[in-house]
Amino acid sequence: MKNRIRVLRAEKNLTQAELADAVGVSRQTINAIEKEKFDPSLPTAFRIARIFGQTVEEVFHYQGE
Amino acid sequence: METKQSPLKVRRKAVLKRLSIWTLCWVLTEALVVFGHNTLWEGSRALTIIGVVINLIFGIGMVFTYRNLMGLLDELERKIQLESMGLTLGLTLVVGIAYSVMDITNLIPVDAEIGMLVFFMGFCYIACMLINKRRYQ
Repeated sequence: MKNRIRVLRAEKNLTQAELADAVGVSRQTINAIEKEKFDPSLPTAFRIARIFGQTVEEVFHYQGE
Repeated sequence: METKQSPLKVRRKAVLKRLSIWTLCWVLTEALVVFGHNTLWEGSRALTIIGVVINLIFGIGMVFTYRNLMGLLDELERKIQLESMGLTLGLTLVVGIAYSVMDITNLIPVDAEIGMLVFFMGFCYIACMLINKRRYQ
């Protein structure tokens, strides 16, 4: 699953650690999501989108098989 | 400069500390029963039973504290833990039975010891954790 977290984080001037604290996960988890090595659960995806003031679809893009 | 930790991190640290204490008590009572049976109370059955019961209580406390810790992990950390534990369980079952068969058929010159299996489990779990953590870095 593709995402725009790195870009949105840069726009908001947030570090991975600050975003992790705001979402309630570890910095390693944010890093893994950002690098598209791990797909977050729906609640986490919604929390991330809410922090950036966007919808889930605007942050995450499902690419299919 | 002092950095403020999130409440979740503080709770995790507290549970980790509790887990360390339970584990230490479990290991110490295990050692006490094994060595005490022969040296300290010279084979007294009653004292050995009391020791085993105390050891079991500490062991159960350790397992439940570990379960509490799992509840405080985030989804990726939990996934890493579950994958590592699943692999460890599967490999221990397969290797453990093979080890037992080697003992029964005298393929190995010594008796199969449960300690070897515990050592294997520990090694396997640590290796799986390291590999999985690296995978998601």
